[in-house]
Amino acid sequence: MEPILEVRDLHVRFATPRGEVHAVRGVGFGVGREKVGIVGESGSGKSMTGRAILRITPRGCRTSAARIALGAENLLAASERRMREIRGRRVSMILQDPRFSLNPVMRVGDQVAESYLVHHRASKREARERALDMFSQVRIREPRRVYDLYPHEVSGGMGQRIMIAMMLIPEPAILIADEPTSALDVTVRTQVLAILDDLVTRRGLGLLFISHDLNLVSTFCDRVLVMYAGRIVEECLAADLENARHPYTRGLLESMPRLDAPRERLPVLKRDPAWLE
Amino acid sequence: MSFLAVRDLRVAFGGPDDRNMAVDGVSFSIAEGEAYGLVGESGCGKSTILRAISGLNAAWHGDIVLEGTALDARRTLAQYRRTQMVFQDPYASLHPRHTVDAILSEPLAIHGLDDAHGRVDRALDQVGLGREFRFRYPHQLSGGQRQRIAIARAMILEPRLVLLDEPTSALGVSIQSEVLNVLTDLRRANGLTYLLVSHDLGVVAHMCERVGVMRQGRLVLETDAAAIRAGAVTDPYTRRFIDASAGYDRAMALRWDALEEEGAG
Repeated sequence: MEPILEVRDLHVRFATPRGEVHAVRGVGFGVGREKVGIVGESGSGKSMTGRAILRITPRGCRTSAARIALGAENLLAASERRMREIRGRRVSMILQDPRFSLNPVMRVGDQVAESYLVHHRASKREARERALDMFSQVRIREPRRVYDLYPHEVSGGMGQRIMIAMMLIPEPAILIADEPTSALDVTVRTQVLAILDDLVTRRGLGLLFISHDLNLVSTFCDRVLVMYAGRIVEECLAADLENARHPYTRGLLESMPRLDAPRERLPVLKRDPAWLE
Repeated sequence: MSFLAVRDLRVAFGGPDDRNMAVDGVSFSIAEGEAYGLVGESGCGKSTILRAISGLNAAWHGDIVLEGTALDARRTLAQYRRTQMVFQDPYASLHPRHTVDAILSEPLAIHGLDDAHGRVDRALDQVGLGREFRFRYPHQLSGGQRQRIAIARAMILEPRLVLLDEPTSALGVSIQSEVLNVLTDLRRANGLTYLLVSHDLGVVAHMCERVGVMRQGRLVLETDAAAIRAGAVTDPYTRRFIDASAGYDRAMALRWDALEEEGAG
């Protein structure tokens, strides 16, 4: 598949009082019109990878890469001004908890309309119509009523639908979703994922789905990258994750309590220093 | 006679105008040595039940009977000792400026137990942490190690009933398995009774023999873990919860949407 986003030999390092931490160590992958999952435990570097692409790593981080490209455009050479155009317009990001991503003192509809206005020449009325239309697309049943609500008046699932609407209204080519459903209940999660799934298929955009949940990634994504200690240790089709070969992936899969295979004690993952080589 | 019997438990928050029945007439009982799991989505009232049983929240109505004795809002020291709790977030439940030694010694001092030194050492052994952890501070520990300390703090008083409020939901899967194993081992070694609250059906079915499913303050279903594993559950809400827990399924999502459209129309 022709990649829309291409990342090669990405490194992220940041300074701490105890010395430099090398959080991402030579990661490379491509994302086409598909759902690619990055899965790993906390500290594996999966979120840093997503942030490094958009150049929104925390202060003090140093990012280097052989290549970060969006289509034909080399993002490594993009000016800060150009990056501001790219963020949102070409590459969007959805974070874990909508309560922290939405502006608490602004009506949610206006926030979505603003996201359109930033990237398009349009009247306020037109932006409002676009936002309402986008609300219907993320299956918000009463778009006009929801438009005027403030973030504290909406549920977590509704908040995440609003975030998806806000991120997709500028029609980006790539969407990076960092644990977009971890703050949601499982039944709400299914519905939010179905909305993402449909939008990805219908608009042909590429989705980079960052998650700690192997089970979810293996059922939702097309391909999976497993990260451990800043590296991709395994790459496979999501449907084949069950048959993963790397001992880390195997260990993670086996340490999960499973409904279909009850056990007295759970196997414990033994980390091998050789995985870091 | 059951070890713990909860009958018609009700907990309300808010005033007369905006009363919210967080727990609305819940009854269940647990046999001695059994592990009972309460599952449900956020806001269903499962943690509120634990806070009422533990005595952290005194504003409840109904009956809570532990080993034949009805518990009041006010408890005796001995009653507090018999019921201990482990909280969800080990980053919030340990005092950041107390050493492990101080954290584990405090309950001993409150309950006037002797041999603090020996008890702290044994408690650390029980949760699989060496004695070298004794004079460390919480910030020097990993998430899994902190949760082990929180478990040791509950176990050091030799309780009979242990209330576990999402004990592993702040931990990654590989650490989760270690902590769940510690809890399984401790229960077996000491003949403990567990009441575990979780939103994770896999964890509950792994740890517990019996399971109560909660929704909006009510217990909608009581069943055993084997029935959940076998898929022998017909209650529609529970069914949906089980299916959603298994992962993403587009056909399932479409089916729900269709049902909701019907319900709305």
